[in-house]
Amino acid sequence: MTALLTIIIVIFVAVAIWQMVKIFDLAQVGTTNTQVADDQDNKINGYLMMGFLVFIYVITILCFWYIGDLPLMSNAASEHGSEVDNLMIISMVVIFVVQTITQFLLHYFAFKYKGEKGKKAFFYADNNTLEFIWTIIPVIVLAGLIIYGLFTWNDIMNIDEDEDPMVIELYAQQFSWKARYSGGDNVLGKANVRLIDIDRANVLGVDEEDPNAQDDVIVSELHLPVGQQVVFKMRSQDVLHSAYMPHFRAQMNCVPGMVTQFAFTPTVTTADMRQNPDIVEKVKNINDLRKERKAEIEESGQELLYEFDYLLLCNKICGKSHYNMQMKIIVETQEEFDAWMKEQTTFPNSLN
Amino acid sequence: MSAILDTHGHDDHDVHHHKETFVTKYIFSQDHKMIAKQYLVTGTLMGVIGVLMSIMFRMQIAWPEEPNVLFEALLGKWAPDGVMDADVYLALVTIHGTIMVFFVLTAGLSGTFSNLLIPLQIGARDMASGFLNMVSYWLFFISCVIMICSLFVEAGPAAAGWTIYPPLSALPMASGGSGMGMTLWLVSMAIFIASSLLGSLNYIVTVINLRTKGMSMTRLPLTIWAFFVTAVIGVVSFPVLLSAALLLIMDRSFGTSFFLSDIFIQGEVLHYQGGSPVLFEHLFWFLGHPEVYIVILPAMGLVSEIMASSSRKPIFGYRAMIASILAIAFLSTIVWGHHMFISGMNPFLGSVFTFTTLLIAIPSAVKAFNWITTLWKGNLQMNPAMLFSIGFVSTFITGGLTGIILGDSALDINVHDTYFVIAHFHLVMGISALYGMFAGIYHWYPKMFGRMLNKNLGYLHFWITAVCAYGVFFPMHFIGMAGLPRRYYTNSNFPLFDDLANTNVIITIFAIIGGLAQIIYLYNFFVSMFYGKKAVQNPWRSTTLEWTTPVEHIHGNWPGAIPHVYRWSYDYSKPGHDVDFVPQNVPLMEGEEELQH
Repeated sequence: MTALLTIIIVIFVAVAIWQMVKIFDLAQVGTTNTQVADDQDNKINGYLMMGFLVFIYVITILCFWYIGDLPLMSNAASEHGSEVDNLMIISMVVIFVVQTITQFLLHYFAFKYKGEKGKKAFFYADNNTLEFIWTIIPVIVLAGLIIYGLFTWNDIMNIDEDEDPMVIELYAQQFSWKARYSGGDNVLGKANVRLIDIDRANVLGVDEEDPNAQDDVIVSELHLPVGQQVVFKMRSQDVLHSAYMPHFRAQMNCVPGMVTQFAFTPTVTTADMRQNPDIVEKVKNINDLRKERKAEIEESGQELLYEFDYLLLCNKICGKSHYNMQMKIIVETQEEFDAWMKEQTTFPNSLN
Repeated sequence: MSAILDTHGHDDHDVHHHKETFVTKYIFSQDHKMIAKQYLVTGTLMGVIGVLMSIMFRMQIAWPEEPNVLFEALLGKWAPDGVMDADVYLALVTIHGTIMVFFVLTAGLSGTFSNLLIPLQIGARDMASGFLNMVSYWLFFISCVIMICSLFVEAGPAAAGWTIYPPLSALPMASGGSGMGMTLWLVSMAIFIASSLLGSLNYIVTVINLRTKGMSMTRLPLTIWAFFVTAVIGVVSFPVLLSAALLLIMDRSFGTSFFLSDIFIQGEVLHYQGGSPVLFEHLFWFLGHPEVYIVILPAMGLVSEIMASSSRKPIFGYRAMIASILAIAFLSTIVWGHHMFISGMNPFLGSVFTFTTLLIAIPSAVKAFNWITTLWKGNLQMNPAMLFSIGFVSTFITGGLTGIILGDSALDINVHDTYFVIAHFHLVMGISALYGMFAGIYHWYPKMFGRMLNKNLGYLHFWITAVCAYGVFFPMHFIGMAGLPRRYYTNSNFPLFDDLANTNVIITIFAIIGGLAQIIYLYNFFVSMFYGKKAVQNPWRSTTLEWTTPVEHIHGNWPGAIPHVYRWSYDYSKPGHDVDFVPQNVPLMEGEEELQH
């Protein structure tokens, strides 16, 4: 039945196009129809080019208006985040200016110089000065961006051991996250997937003999003390995953067979971020939308109302349930963190 | 055969008229023009499949987990009750990417126009080796068939993304598509690479050896420069992907550990030890990045040629255009690491790749400015090919500019693998290359089929496509900057992204309309082949040699001697001439200077 319907629709579309061609042809009776653009075509399409320029500007404005408040591009929750956001804004301004000007020139020229019979184009093959100018300007602008970018990148990637960062392992598997705190000694116990023992609940393959492992703590909700630099050591047990923490401007792949790392200092607690006017507005907006879809959301078993939380998402295709591989991150004061940590079971005690 | 090879046959050389059967003329043809058409039709059909897939997964993103008649009809058991399965979503994304990048925009674009234009524009009777050319097409055809077959295997086609990163692609227990589906994917790609290499070698040899008298390298049309350099990039980088594919096959089937190490999956530890998935990423992107230039350079060449011809002006800065093609080609082989900033490789390498990557913006900017200046004070003939060329520059700028963000390692951290990336590369290489291809088809259709495409349908096709392309990909920048990861089957598990749902619906609606608009083109393409207006010899009044051949295709291209060349290919509106174009085979007038650009 569906096939039949599809065939009928295809036939109708073909007939419609055929009719359209007929109408076009009839409208051009009297002129010789060579299928080569004539003055009339040049004129119409020239005007349409200006129309298209307006369309590009309008869609830009609409996007900024409706989806341009980008809470993941402002209100960074990490120390290096504001630096990244600055660089982002500078780059965006450069892009915006260049885009506006070049699109204008392109479409305006297409309109202005639309062809007319009898007109002759200006034979203009070369101009070294002009070409030098538009080689050197991008060079200067890009040099600035490269230098700024490289400083920022080095700042992010070079981990300053003097600051005594807290060591946490992020452990990825299809399709969930775990975190392992290194405990009082701030050193992670050795681990390898070959040591995984599901029966004993040693799911991360931590070496039970290693003295450094005795105070390790394994959890499935990430808590971070505010203002304390954290270095994440990342592992994966099966396929590539990517630990994406957009609010902290942090991301690093988790690669089976090796340990990768990324460090940052969270600067805003979850509680404070929830009070942030931008976030309050965003959450309200989301909840208004969710209320409209009440029945559907309750059916799926989710809480109806959304409350802001930092998230760790998987951002590297990792299989069937890739779209639902996440872990909540809670940034809290040192006292809250210590209290929470006290309640957790250490690794040796978590074994069966 | 001998007549075809003897491309230097001057003056009184007679071209044999073979007795041709249907099979030698239409199927196992060694004539470059027929092979070009074969590439084009095959590429078009693959394109239809690729676009249909994208419409299906866009529908899933806009209306997640809702029953859909289209899914029920096309996906069968993979869409029980019309609801798309999560594995199939990933498979669609994977095969869409593979088909569009390799089968449509590499083989369909380069294969069609390199084959058609290289002999015609340099003044050769055929490719250096007609036989290799035929083998190249048929290898491509076989790889298409295998890729299509992989859609029908029991556990589904490859579903690890078009980049097929191991271990996901190596372990059948990690993803259903990594079984038979991935084996077929790898076999298909290996054959595809062989096809591409044969083609590229042929193009290089032909351009170097078979140019007609007077056709020096600095008189070549920019199309030929682009095809030539593209072929060189292909020869340099495709073998690396072949090696990656072969090593992956060894890991999958023979237990080696090139890319795998320390894996625990489904309750057991696998034996692999010592390999690294990052190595695969290096090998993959060593092709993968030049690949985007393999896709875009031919489009740039076509657009340059069409813009000059339709503006009735020389291309501005001919030598700068060649220099920037060469610069792009060189830089393209040393920037692959910008796909891997957060792969776990040494951060110092990240710095190096940021530097080289942002450098590539310079030749790209030069090209864009030169195109715009070519329009300035022209006499623009707004044929559909010209509209697509202008559209190309527009999307190339819009898409290219965001490369400044993605190429900057510090910024890439936060937008890597989000919709921002999708917006960027679809505009800068997907849509742009597609526009280049459409421009080429509208422009050279009379050369290929001896008939004209209907221009009004062409206008309709362009304007709907142009609006929809921006409608689809422009908002994606914004949802990407809001942090939405790509390749998510549904976003409904993240209330954080709920406010982006409406935007996703709008994007999908644009995608559906844009997809449907291609029916206009398909209709135009196939119907005009038989019922189109008969073409005259040089409908666009162009200067290049292909328009000096007769409308009817003949073996050996020119009935008599091959024309000699006396000038570059951009003598449009040259002062001192009555007509606004002087073909390359017209000798210089007395006292006329060959203005050397």
